[in-house]
Amino acid sequence: MSADTNEGQERKFKRIGTRPIRHDGLDKVTGRARFGADYALPGMLHGVMVRSPYAHARILSIDISQAEKVPGVRAVVTRDDFPDVPIGWIPAGSTGVDLGANARTVMAREKVLFHGHAFAAVAATTELAAREAGKLIKVEWEVLTPVLSLEQALAKDAPILHEGQETKGDHPTPEGDSNIANQVCFEGGDIAAGFEEADVIVEGHFETPMVHQGYIEPHACLANVREDGTCEVWCPTQGAFGVKGEVASIAGIEPSLVKVTPTEIGGGFGGKIPVYIEPVAVVLSRKAARPVKITMSREEVFRGSGPTSGSRMWARIGAKSDGTFVAVETKFDFEAGAFRGSPVGAACMTVFSPYNCENFRIFGRDIVLNKPRVAAYRAPGAPIGAFAAESLIDELAMKLDRNPIDLRIQNAVAEGDRAKYGPRFGTIGFKEVLEATRSHPHYKAELGPNQGRGVAAGFWFNAGMQSSATVSVNDDGSAVVRTGNPDIGGSRASMALMCAEELGVDVARVRPLVGDTDSVGYCDPTGGSRVTYATGMAVIEATRQVVDHLRARAATIWDIELDAVEWQDGNAVAINGSAEKGSMSLEDIARKMRLTGGPIVSSASVNPPAAGPGFGVHVCDLEVDPETGVSKVIRYTVVQDAGKAIHPTYVEGQYQGGAAQGIGWALNEEYLWDAEGKVENAGFLDYRIPVASDLPMIDTVIVEVANPLHPYGVRGVGETPIVPPLGAVANAMRHATGIRFHRLPMSPPRVLDALDSDGASS
Amino acid sequence: MTLETSRFESPTDVEGAVALLAAEGGAKVLSGGTDLLVQMRLGAGAPQVFVDVKRIPRLMAVRLGSEGLTIGASVPAAEIFENESIRSLWPGVAEATDLIGSTQVQGRATWSGNLCNASPAADSVPALMACGAVAVIAGPSGERRVSVDAFIKGPGKTVLRRGELVVEFEIPAPPPRSADAYLRLIPRTEMDIAVVGAGVQVELDDGGAIASARVVLGAVAPTALFVEAAASALIGSRLEDAALDAAAAASRAAATPIDDRRGTIAYRKKIAGVLTTRAAKIAFERAQAR
Repeated sequence: MSADTNEGQERKFKRIGTRPIRHDGLDKVTGRARFGADYALPGMLHGVMVRSPYAHARILSIDISQAEKVPGVRAVVTRDDFPDVPIGWIPAGSTGVDLGANARTVMAREKVLFHGHAFAAVAATTELAAREAGKLIKVEWEVLTPVLSLEQALAKDAPILHEGQETKGDHPTPEGDSNIANQVCFEGGDIAAGFEEADVIVEGHFETPMVHQGYIEPHACLANVREDGTCEVWCPTQGAFGVKGEVASIAGIEPSLVKVTPTEIGGGFGGKIPVYIEPVAVVLSRKAARPVKITMSREEVFRGSGPTSGSRMWARIGAKSDGTFVAVETKFDFEAGAFRGSPVGAACMTVFSPYNCENFRIFGRDIVLNKPRVAAYRAPGAPIGAFAAESLIDELAMKLDRNPIDLRIQNAVAEGDRAKYGPRFGTIGFKEVLEATRSHPHYKAELGPNQGRGVAAGFWFNAGMQSSATVSVNDDGSAVVRTGNPDIGGSRASMALMCAEELGVDVARVRPLVGDTDSVGYCDPTGGSRVTYATGMAVIEATRQVVDHLRARAATIWDIELDAVEWQDGNAVAINGSAEKGSMSLEDIARKMRLTGGPIVSSASVNPPAAGPGFGVHVCDLEVDPETGVSKVIRYTVVQDAGKAIHPTYVEGQYQGGAAQGIGWALNEEYLWDAEGKVENAGFLDYRIPVASDLPMIDTVIVEVANPLHPYGVRGVGETPIVPPLGAVANAMRHATGIRFHRLPMSPPRVLDALDSDGASS
Repeated sequence: MTLETSRFESPTDVEGAVALLAAEGGAKVLSGGTDLLVQMRLGAGAPQVFVDVKRIPRLMAVRLGSEGLTIGASVPAAEIFENESIRSLWPGVAEATDLIGSTQVQGRATWSGNLCNASPAADSVPALMACGAVAVIAGPSGERRVSVDAFIKGPGKTVLRRGELVVEFEIPAPPPRSADAYLRLIPRTEMDIAVVGAGVQVELDDGGAIASARVVLGAVAPTALFVEAAASALIGSRLEDAALDAAAAASRAAATPIDDRRGTIAYRKKIAGVLTTRAAKIAFERAQAR
């Protein structure tokens, strides 16, 4: 759809912007909704993954003979049951894929590369038998020195994770094999001259730990390979089509034989885009000729699925005394885990792009080490980079004695300004968001003793990508809208609202469905904050085609030209000299469908190359107990540009959820490792995501600067809300305690240590 | 031993429970199950026999008299905290009980489970010790009474012998002008395990000075710890700064914590001092109000 169909600014919506009860709400609050682990088939076996006790070891041989003898065991699989997919990075979308690495993440081949890396799996009639058998698998290991920190990975004589891995990237790269998988650099202007020109420079070294998305539902799947080689998979995933492709390549099956049904999904945040167990369940099912179900425990989720990178960062900003940024520079090192693919590129692209600055050098390295391979986590990389940038901007505001929001407004990008990674921004709402924050009552509220207020900003590109939708009209005038995007944040309600808006019917008359890979057109995953934007676009387009059919049917019934029929809020209305025909409701037309040409069904597919970026600003009030170092968020406000909020409740939910995850990241979350690289806190008791009582009600402000790329003006909203919190909380901590924390999390022992040593240990 | 091969028994009297526990070495008491079931999930294996003791009336009874409280070992935490008499007589014990797990967990969790699990970080144990609570134990050779402070021998180790179980707790009525308090530190607000816990009980003399005191620390030693020196520092004072500082210093000195994923040695020692003074202030104010 082209920009001239944009109505986001002018159109008066009747249903968009309302807050109907979500269609899947009743099933979810009554516990009837079926998530991954709820699926079962007759004759089903229980599959378990067998995981590495070492963080780094070569597999010399595997003997499964004893395991196969355990009563109840029907199949034991190892690397030998999977095709050897070659390692190699294939550009795809904005980044790329490495199918060989994906295959090796699921089932170790030459080496195990992290503690908990699966190297075998067992299917048996009981989970217990499968576990017992797993213990009897004999592996001849060549235990290797694990690489457990960025320092170790970069050391001259570091053990190399991947023999033959040379550093990619178009900047001077190290010679020979390296744990540096990739380097990225964005440069502009003259960085040396820029800093020369600066009146004031702020800089700092920052560190963030590896953190997990913490979705509430562990991975689970059910697979059934049948006699004819066809294969069905049920799993909670962000993208069923992606699972289909991964299962096909990793398990070695023709894609046409694979059907994937997405179950309800209990959170993903990027972590349910990759597959971990689905191809294994398929291979077990193929070998055992029975359906196989695998359910990961929470502990396995922590050890075996993908968190986001830990980082070490250095950054500096040079500014004129009037606050104008004249030079920015970064060096970021990100932990990729076992295989290349950390989000350092996105961190570099986002870090200083909200601010104009002609002279910049943004450099980052993607470094492999013996930790779980990272997966996407909500605006991958951006929160990490923003922690450094927004902390420094806060320092700069203090040095220049400037209001931190004013300083950001002064340097903020607007339409036509160039992002550091190249393109110019279209219509964006960053300044509007900053101004809305400055005038919000929260920003003007008084603070008490031991309290501090922090402000930080952030943005995310948002994605377009491929989506399909099918809309059909029932003979009672109700409608069904079917897409292939699992509903992870209320998207059923949003799809139904957009369909209802175009049809002109109550949203309760539209039933939204999430289809399997055989029943809907291709959809890229639910990710990149793209579903309401791109899939919504397909829904609007398909519904508009349906409306054209409805007009044509009315024209047939009235025997007038199509042009003489207008669609007005659920009714065909005759115009242009045929006004005497009056109007005909959707119900009337639907009832006569069989007489006027048969069923009305339309499908549409879109592939928008771009989406409208979303900007957000967060305000955090933190109170710190100076005797214990315990901090509490006492007030928190998220202000963000949604373009157009389709269902405001779910927009607010995204704002609040992102803030909650970011606050946890800032204050308490971190993987703890023992000396051998084993995660010590593989559970929610000691991996501390915030619980409800840890947080205040998070206030939200939806700013709407319509996105001209979408017919209603929608921007993605899911990811931006996790970008600012790390900086916002750190800045609040700075103002509450006088100490600048450069290392996350700001857990009570660290805070007290810093307070007791006057900030020396922060 | 696995769940598939375990037996589940629900005796209705103490003798029945003792007989089951004495007969089978692999039998375990199931009260609230908030530790037992979690440990099973973590790979500890299922006991040979689950002895569910919640059908035994004596273990679910609450009797409050002029002597004090006698309360069944399996009374859930929620019922204890919601009992207004208990809350007003032993507010420290009540608040420790209310800190265990979450609201849902408290519907099941019990003092006896907290005690018999013998974790150094148990919340109810320091508070019960501060109030002089006694555990009544039933076994094959009859009943015996063991004060809570002598019950735990080390992490995971108790005085219980084969066939024995805790059937009741007794807490003596608080003396006039006395009160208790319990505080713990966790990084979150709930669903967590104490980094440090501190229970304090004080009794005032006619002049309003502290006549006697008990200070108990949790999570800073293999077992909950009476800190006599901290109690001595409080006695005779009206919580003047010097007394509080001395008590805090005594608690820091007495604490012998470990470095683990929940806190460092240095941090735990500091917090032991902070919580001692804070709990002492609360107990003192409560005693003054009586």
